[in-house]
Amino acid sequence: MPNKNNAVKPTYERSKVILDIKHLTKQFKVDDGRLLTACNDISLRAYEGKTLGIIGESGCGKSTLVRTLLQIQPATSGEAIFEGHDLLKNRGEESRQDRRKIQMVFQDPTAAFNPKMLVKDILTEPLKNFGLIKKDEVDAKAAELLEMVELPASFKDRYPHSMSGGQRQRLGLARALTLEPKIIVCDEATSALDVSVQEKVCELLCRLQKEKNITYLFIAHDLGLVDLMCHQVAVMYLGNVVEWLEHGRIAESCKHPYTKALMKAVFKVDFRPGEKIEPIEGEIPSPLDLPPGCPFASRCEHCTEQCMQQKPALKEVEHGHWVACHLYK
Amino acid sequence: MLLQVKDLDISYGERLTVAGASLELDKGEIMSIVGESGSGKTTVIRAIMGCLPGAGRVSAGSITFDGKDVLQNTPEQWRHMYGSEMSMIFQDSGNMINPIRRIGAQFIDYIQAHQPDKSKSQAYEMACQMLTNVRLPNPENIMNCYPFELSGGMRQRVGIAMAMIFSPKILLADEPTSALDVTTQAQIIRQIVDIRNEYNVAVIIVTHNIGVASYVSNKIMVMQGGKVVEYGKREDVIGNPQHEYTKQLLRAVPIIGGKCYYA
Repeated sequence: MPNKNNAVKPTYERSKVILDIKHLTKQFKVDDGRLLTACNDISLRAYEGKTLGIIGESGCGKSTLVRTLLQIQPATSGEAIFEGHDLLKNRGEESRQDRRKIQMVFQDPTAAFNPKMLVKDILTEPLKNFGLIKKDEVDAKAAELLEMVELPASFKDRYPHSMSGGQRQRLGLARALTLEPKIIVCDEATSALDVSVQEKVCELLCRLQKEKNITYLFIAHDLGLVDLMCHQVAVMYLGNVVEWLEHGRIAESCKHPYTKALMKAVFKVDFRPGEKIEPIEGEIPSPLDLPPGCPFASRCEHCTEQCMQQKPALKEVEHGHWVACHLYK
Repeated sequence: MLLQVKDLDISYGERLTVAGASLELDKGEIMSIVGESGSGKTTVIRAIMGCLPGAGRVSAGSITFDGKDVLQNTPEQWRHMYGSEMSMIFQDSGNMINPIRRIGAQFIDYIQAHQPDKSKSQAYEMACQMLTNVRLPNPENIMNCYPFELSGGMRQRVGIAMAMIFSPKILLADEPTSALDVTTQAQIIRQIVDIRNEYNVAVIIVTHNIGVASYVSNKIMVMQGGKVVEYGKREDVIGNPQHEYTKQLLRAVPIIGGKCYYA
């Protein structure tokens, strides 16, 4: 229910919508002719200078979503409005120019770089691709970028293999920053790191966001981390957005049974004796031949007859809070 | 005392990797070793298991397991201990299983290698029973699968089932949940606790998730740069950490409802 009387608008409404995803669907054809729906009718908005967190188990379509946005693979239908045009309709040179403004940081910092390239060449390669740098500027630019991600400038003459995981992830971030993008997609960018390193990388991400007004699409499966990192949170399950919170903290206001189940699976440090974690049972079902009802019905403790038959739509239950569940009308 | 490690030094060639590690573990106890990558956590449990890679060797100290000094073991004695007295689960059990053979064939092989008097059908029965014990539905179906047909969580359960089939006295787990989703991680951790309760086995879990360590352990050992910086009961390490590094680790765990990074 939109609260029109509220004089103080939440901060997100004062920011500009930078990326508006409308009804994006991505289907893959499987060998035997069936269709695998990886992303089903997804509508989300990302705001300038804010972080949109996308959370879900592996196989829920969160990586497919951002890969489709980046035009690594074509979308089946839907649109994504960025700077007044539809990203998904771009072809060739246009989409190459868009990638200047939307960059990506990958999960595995070891696999993300060419092992035979020097750090300075890795960092300035994007600039070379767009003809923005001369040969004699490479060293200075690389040093500047390394400094930005809090790495010593002397690293520019090293190879990625001589760096630790955290340092390499900073390098990945520096490369993404090279072209001064508007949006950076972090696809599980901190999942491979130790907690202490992860904390420092996250702090760095937030500092850069404030300095450069960057928007992050932050993909993760750790609800605790998303809660601390993100202004907006979308929870995905089997290709569907089941809950979308535009402001506030997910811990206080989550409503969907799946989000609640995810909350219970997080390991806290301060367990009281006798307190138990309650993981949800079973595995995520196959996205082939989805049943007609709610995608979460097979693992949900509140499952009713209606849930088996009818798929709940994403409804706004509170201002800026959408939930797809028959429990909330 | 089931396992007693005293002032253990481990070197790779000339380089000292772990210095002065000591620990004690009783039956049915769970101990966690936490620390960042490269701090020597895995090296310690590999030394206990007698399988240090390459030039790795124990250069000082002692490891006493079940009253025996295992450092004096011959390879043949080690071979008899593996599986039946000590076993290990890895970060991704998929890597331990042969990718081009069905789970069933390997599981039966494994059982018959340790107990040659078991017939094939007896081994099959044992394997199915064990798979049911680790909450895998349709064990017959799993036995007929290739490893790549199973999800990461299911493969990890198969790994636990294979490790526990001869009810060993100690189970060593090297980052058993690091490759898994949070939900699956919670399932696997609960499975390890259930196994401990059922078999009264001692467990050492190597992890960098101090939340997991805090949940399952009776004892926690914190390592940094090859040294044990803190070791004690769970309550003491979590509730009253002494070393600066432990405090730092505890602070770094993202907690729902904690202070936002962007605030």
